[in-house]
Amino acid sequence: MKKDQAYSDIPGTYVFDGEHSREGYHLNMFCMSLNKAQNRDAYRANPSDYLDQFKLTADQRRAVEERDWVGMLRLGGNIYYTFKIAIFDGLSMQRVGGEMSQITEEEFRQMMINGGRSPSHENQYMKN
Amino acid sequence: MASITAGVGTSHVPAIGAAVDHNKTDEPYWKGLFDGYEPAKEWIENSKPDVAIIVYNDHASAFSLELIPTFAIGVAEEFKPADEGYGPRKVPDVKGHPELAWHICEKLVLDEFDITIANEMPVDHGLTVPLSIMFGARENWPLKVIPLCVNVIQYPPPTGNRCYNLGKAIRKAVEAFDEDLNVVVFGTGGMSHQLQGERAGLINEEFDTMFLDGLTKDPDGLAAIPHVDYIRQAGSEGVEMVMWMIMRGALSKDAKEVYRTYHVPASNTAAGLIILEDE
Repeated sequence: MKKDQAYSDIPGTYVFDGEHSREGYHLNMFCMSLNKAQNRDAYRANPSDYLDQFKLTADQRRAVEERDWVGMLRLGGNIYYTFKIAIFDGLSMQRVGGEMSQITEEEFRQMMINGGRSPSHENQYMKN
Repeated sequence: MASITAGVGTSHVPAIGAAVDHNKTDEPYWKGLFDGYEPAKEWIENSKPDVAIIVYNDHASAFSLELIPTFAIGVAEEFKPADEGYGPRKVPDVKGHPELAWHICEKLVLDEFDITIANEMPVDHGLTVPLSIMFGARENWPLKVIPLCVNVIQYPPPTGNRCYNLGKAIRKAVEAFDEDLNVVVFGTGGMSHQLQGERAGLINEEFDTMFLDGLTKDPDGLAAIPHVDYIRQAGSEGVEMVMWMIMRGALSKDAKEVYRTYHVPASNTAAGLIILEDE
């Protein structure tokens, strides 16, 4: 993600610009492949062999294997793509949202019921 | 002649579709949201549109990073629900209106909107959840649909202003179609939400209220909102609201609000719905 853009100072947010997309292309296309039932079966049968088909960097591969959701975003992942791994695992968006923000699924769910994360100044602008 | 009579703005959260599919709409978590949809369902039951142009975004279903059209219109006879990783949603196939869709594509290109034309395009929750919201669980959708798919995943999406102007061009195109058709335009996505990162769960009711008010009070002002303001204030996925500007642009200047509802949360999202009628 570019560091000198109007959006670069938004905390906890990975804008999927061209730079980010280029970095994450193979990672995201691996995720995309999970739209097909036969690919999901192949990945389930042998995760390592399946991942070998995609040109992931070592860091991207580790992030996938460890289900490091924020790590994947930092390495070029986009949430709509990486969430396909969560679907594969049977996880909800609230579980993944909780893991990315270091709270439990139940805490995340309760935060949403209480009106969601506040759009406070510190949630809109990084500290200098 | 065909005419655009109304616009619907609505969120398209997948969990809302899942609640309909699995009969959960009366459960305490969902009841408040679905009660708010009842008047909208009555409204569309009474207004009986022939065709809905549904503006939505694909979520890595029909399109991937392999090919990223900014605007794509589906011209097929029918569109199948996409497999998003769960197996396809068990909802009816979506019937298209190829004659009107092709007419719109031709008019738009000549009007200098260089649209992508899609003959094959599975449709994901972005398109089918708004149908479930307005019509509930059905054997068949009671109208024809023209899918208008907008890229909002790869940054930058089209600007709000571009979307607004595209809506105006769609209006001209529809009005030049030589068949009596009652056409509604759906703008979908949003409202405030952020799915990704450490800031996941962001909701901004004040922004959403400003946006809903602005659709009638100051659409030109809304069209000028830059991407960064959506992302910062309404969440990275809140930028989907640019798609509502296509709907707004397709209505007359004096379109009036006839209904709105707003509910937090639907899963990780602020769910809004508004109905605007043409003058």
